[in-house]
Amino acid sequence: MAEMTLAKALNASLRRSLAHDDRVLIMGEDIGTLGGVFRVTDGLKAEFGGDRVMDMPLAESGILGMAVGLAFKGFRPVVEIQFDGFIYPAFDQIVTQVAKLHYRTRGNVRMPITIRVPFGGGIGAVEHHSESPEAYFAHTAGLRVVTCSTPQDAHTLLQQAIWCDDPVLFFEPKRRYWTKGEVDEDALDRDDVLPMGSARVVVPGSDVTLVTYGPLVATAIDAAAAAAAGSGGGDADTVSIEVIDLRSLAPVDVDTVVASVAKTGRLVIAHEAQRTGGIGADLAAELTDRCFYHLEAAPQRVTGFDIPYPASRHEEHFLPDLDRILDAVDRTMGRRPALYAGAVL
Amino acid sequence: MPSSLSESRESQPRASAPHDRPVQLLDPSGRRVPHAPYDDYVADVSGDQLASLYEDLVIVRRLDVEATALQRQGELGLWPPLLGQEAAQVGSARVLRPDDFVFSSYRENAVAYCRGVKLTEMLNVWRGTALSGWNPYEVGMATPAIVIGTQALHAMGYAVGAKLDGEDSVAVAYFGDGATTQGDVNEAMVFAASFRAPVIFFCQNNQWAISEPVTLQAQRPIADRAPGFGIPSVRVDGNDVLAVMAVMRRAVEQAREGGGPTFIEAITYRMGPHTTSDDPSRYVDPLEREEWAGRDPLARVEAHLREAGGLDDALAASIARRADEAAAEFRAGCTEQVDPPPLTMFDHVYAEPHRGVDEQRRQFGEYLESFEEGVN
Repeated sequence: MAEMTLAKALNASLRRSLAHDDRVLIMGEDIGTLGGVFRVTDGLKAEFGGDRVMDMPLAESGILGMAVGLAFKGFRPVVEIQFDGFIYPAFDQIVTQVAKLHYRTRGNVRMPITIRVPFGGGIGAVEHHSESPEAYFAHTAGLRVVTCSTPQDAHTLLQQAIWCDDPVLFFEPKRRYWTKGEVDEDALDRDDVLPMGSARVVVPGSDVTLVTYGPLVATAIDAAAAAAAGSGGGDADTVSIEVIDLRSLAPVDVDTVVASVAKTGRLVIAHEAQRTGGIGADLAAELTDRCFYHLEAAPQRVTGFDIPYPASRHEEHFLPDLDRILDAVDRTMGRRPALYAGAVL
Repeated sequence: MPSSLSESRESQPRASAPHDRPVQLLDPSGRRVPHAPYDDYVADVSGDQLASLYEDLVIVRRLDVEATALQRQGELGLWPPLLGQEAAQVGSARVLRPDDFVFSSYRENAVAYCRGVKLTEMLNVWRGTALSGWNPYEVGMATPAIVIGTQALHAMGYAVGAKLDGEDSVAVAYFGDGATTQGDVNEAMVFAASFRAPVIFFCQNNQWAISEPVTLQAQRPIADRAPGFGIPSVRVDGNDVLAVMAVMRRAVEQAREGGGPTFIEAITYRMGPHTTSDDPSRYVDPLEREEWAGRDPLARVEAHLREAGGLDDALAASIARRADEAAAEFRAGCTEQVDPPPLTMFDHVYAEPHRGVDEQRRQFGEYLESFEEGVN
């Protein structure tokens, strides 16, 4: 075990993957000599050479299209998209080619491409540097979508994504890059390691299930602690929140969420991404379908608003925080009025 | 002066002056014309070899005509004819080795034929029984790209991979004049130059992107763009199979020796519609088409061979018979294709198990079974 930041854990994970299989290639803008704008690939070019860790010309579609050709040739490319908001030029290659080639070729051609994307806000950045585009990719058949929230998961899940024979969008919570945690670098060798597609119960609880992923997992843990402490009104004032980190957004480990909601009867879903068509909308529909008779209250979503990501001086209001999460928890508990009470005439 | 944007666009010249004379070794009458240094690249192409290329041209045209008929008879949903482009495709594809790799658009069925794709496997896509017909690794050719120009990047990436693997194989990207406007084709050229990738950009300028003339895409010869990326380019008479073979051999030789990419603009003409759903009478000038009919890629080889004594009526008849046999096999392979069972649409979405798709397949299977006799 070693303590390291989430960014360092990703770096260690990439190093391990490069050492393990010489078909693994790292591609991206500024990822070689500079080591990436977040330094996630720091030192890898020096260690593995410019043929394994390749600085790319500045064209995201070009990079993904090149990765497709390399995958045809039997390589296992790991692509870094510098910021979430820069992935859109590559959207065509990802959706029309990366996602569909295995299906189109009836399984003859594999696309084991990992696309790393620093995502989410909270760092006071300019436009296009704080977005959460995961739902576009979760909606696209043929892709897998994974996020991490801890250094250990960053280390484990990224390796699992790279070994996966399907294309994986790997979303990294950029405002948590500097979060430190203990990392067992040999975790993958253990028998009890969860598969990449599994959700994780982070905090056990009994009253409300709070589902989130990526950067908001830490916020959810804080919310659970605050709810457990109550507001000073004694036991009747506290709420026991079960926090689930989805980790995999496509496919979602619905069974883990179902088991929790069957127990708690209440569901709150939180993500930074806009609400409409989001991961939360789909999960609310799935859970309503599967846990209808267990639900004590309508599932609640705590999300970014349906506006473009705002200027950084607005982002503290745009991003779901502890108070907005607890507000939703209170509504499922009947402690605050339901948002749409009386709306149906 | 044109008064509006649309008028100014429509008044553009139909053809730009070429940056140099396109390489031509057989003129439309079948006369052999010298063009250094390309003569040397086909010095070995003797009468028999030329007759073999002629047979390819006859067969791929016969197959193409058969496929159009199959579409008209309702056996295929759609077909993109290559009529007029036979020499560009055969002349280039016949240069390649089995370990080279082709990334093409949907019109390169003569390339597929040359790569050894089974005749019936060319038709699955157009009949709708599958999204692709063949295993790319068995023939060294990816299944066709429908999104315009996307495959240029894949060819470049594959070529970089071949270079990383220390091989001397090459990758070829086939695309049309319309695709040269796409960012992907231009990005592929930037990357190919940056990585000095062993890739050939083979542009069949057939003058039309559905209804849009090439002048909407390019104000100068398309081949002129490549040197700006640091890539040598050449224009060739795309209806001259010998000239196409010569320029392709030179480009491939340079790529194998580490010389990097080449851009080839094969000047040809789409004699048919864009696809069987298209109506070129709405936009093609019949005189223009007639002019190109006089530059037919088959007629000049036939004339040359007959003049040189490499083709007589008996050989021509036997080639025609082989073409008819291929067409019959093509037709049978089409009409014998049965619709796939419904649940196979869930196959191969992912290489590894996927809880979502697996569950939907199971549920849909149960749903279908619920209608079977004896259930309910």
